[in-house]
Amino acid sequence: MTHAAQASKAPEVGKPARRPHTKRPSRRAAETRAGYAFLTPWLLGFLGLTAGPMLASLYLAFTDYSLFRPPEWVGLDNFTRLFDDPRYLNSVEITLQYALIGTPLKLAAALGVAMLLHSRRRGQGAYRSFFYAPSLIGASVSIAIVWRAMFIDDGVVDRLGQGVGLEAGGWVGDPSMTVYMLILLTVWQFGAPMVIFLAGLKQIPNELYEAAEVDGAGPLRKFFRITLPMLSPVLFFNLVLETVHSFQIFGSAFIVSNGTGGPADSTMFYTLYLYFRGFRDFQMGYASAMAWVLVLFVGAITLFFFKTSKYWVHYSGEGR
Amino acid sequence: MSAATHSSTAAGSPAARRGDSTERGTGSAAVRGPAPAGGPDAARRSRRRARARGTGRTVLYHGFILAVGFVILYPGAWMVLSAFRPSNEIVGQVGLIPDDTTLDNFTTAFSGIGGISFWTFFGNSLFLAVGAVVGICLSSTFTAYAFARIDFPGKGLWFSLMIATLLLPFHVVIIPQYIMFNELGLVDTFWPLLLGKFLAAEAFFVFLMVQFMRNLPRELDESARIDGAGHLRIYWSIMLPLMRPVMVTASIFAFIWSWNDFFGPLIYLKSPENYTMPLALRQYVDQTTVSDYGGQMAMAVLALVPVLLFFIVFQRYIVDGVATSGLKG
Repeated sequence: MTHAAQASKAPEVGKPARRPHTKRPSRRAAETRAGYAFLTPWLLGFLGLTAGPMLASLYLAFTDYSLFRPPEWVGLDNFTRLFDDPRYLNSVEITLQYALIGTPLKLAAALGVAMLLHSRRRGQGAYRSFFYAPSLIGASVSIAIVWRAMFIDDGVVDRLGQGVGLEAGGWVGDPSMTVYMLILLTVWQFGAPMVIFLAGLKQIPNELYEAAEVDGAGPLRKFFRITLPMLSPVLFFNLVLETVHSFQIFGSAFIVSNGTGGPADSTMFYTLYLYFRGFRDFQMGYASAMAWVLVLFVGAITLFFFKTSKYWVHYSGEGR
Repeated sequence: MSAATHSSTAAGSPAARRGDSTERGTGSAAVRGPAPAGGPDAARRSRRRARARGTGRTVLYHGFILAVGFVILYPGAWMVLSAFRPSNEIVGQVGLIPDDTTLDNFTTAFSGIGGISFWTFFGNSLFLAVGAVVGICLSSTFTAYAFARIDFPGKGLWFSLMIATLLLPFHVVIIPQYIMFNELGLVDTFWPLLLGKFLAAEAFFVFLMVQFMRNLPRELDESARIDGAGHLRIYWSIMLPLMRPVMVTASIFAFIWSWNDFFGPLIYLKSPENYTMPLALRQYVDQTTVSDYGGQMAMAVLALVPVLLFFIVFQRYIVDGVATSGLKG
């Protein structure tokens, strides 16, 4: 790379900048060499750690492979088995449940608190930082342990529930409640999208609201006609990011269920099941098929968001 | 419980916003409008009423903020204070103030797990996090320089491939990566966890750097080139110093993400002396079954100390980083 950098500098040394006709080809070649020299670490990483492994897992998805035997081609077997596997279907179901309930709640909380904070200037910076804090630690093992301790039988949440007459028992041991416990954990981390919403709210020119007031628009109207459309690019960004991330919940589910995905597979989320199949049972072909279904699904969702965005995302100013 | 508070704030805040503007409206009307008609007395009365309404809204606003703040704070405060409670008095303690305080839990936590010192785990996490910071800062700025400052054929293609990996679930690469590192005999070393950082495998950071570098004035490197500086020189002596703010942001997130990472270490680190803090924590929970909540809480607190320190020192950088680049926490 030093070589390339020197080569790129060579044409300029000594010679005046005129006479481009003879200099330009070598200069461009030097630029190309310098460009690829700078790109080399990323290219190695991209080819060796991303693109290569993606192709490899695509191949493995069509094989029966454990770490100890060579892969054996089985065609579409893994994929057809997936859709006959009740544990797999269960993992899809609870992951969708988690994403479809958790993401809207989290974004609603984020938007609500952002608008609340935006309505007053004083103390906004401090509140913003403070409310953001859970996003930084929420995915950690520590917080998952705390969550487990709080939602366990006779734990804090159970006691509070008893206080208002709910005899729900612990959420940790109740297969119908574990998903909601993790949804609360993700909603608790509304700070990150909130900060992004706040930045978006600051961009909305105040004149729009003033003009709307002159026209006699009420608060709901202003919200739906000004705030939401003006905020839609930010909302789009948050929606894509949060949805894609919510499909990948792993650590907190792992810890809360003490590494089992239980009780009764109720925390066996998609990636957890993938981990169990791939790294506990070493059915790496099967797990690769799972990974590819996830990628295709996430890709489809993202594409869906982008395709529909032209109907509801408004970019102000020139361009679209 | 918190879901209910959240959705009600979501519905409530447009009203709060409306309140703000009407309050201003009636306020000025009270000052200017009715003075000649109703006399000074009526004016004062309506002004007082407006102020009372404003106070009511202020109380409501702060009430909401406090409620949200309490929900935010409670789990963390509960964790920290529980760590100072005797182990059998933790579960089910709704109140935050401990009756008895003890440091036993921290003694237990510091004594380590299975004969391995607490500081071994701490050191492993620290080594990986610092490695991630160095690797990401170097590799992502280096790559960004190629994308933002050099013109070469194929750049557009590589750039869009890089962008395409932004949202890619890493699960699709993790199995072949594991097989590869296993073949190379690198499982149970730190290599698999660090190599990607030095090869700019996390597209997010590259993207962040490219965005920042594109906004730096071109004249700087052009004049440097006229003075005979090569790309390497421009990258090192001109770009890197100018990129300090974005590198601080990237470093903070690289550190915290590496520190909190669970999946990677879970797959690659097998022997306990290589465990990171999150793995050790998980091991501890696994071993102690039910009873020792105190030790778990103390360990959990200790595992978060570096993250919280970072947050306290760099909160402006962190939150502004999220606001401007959409970095996730």
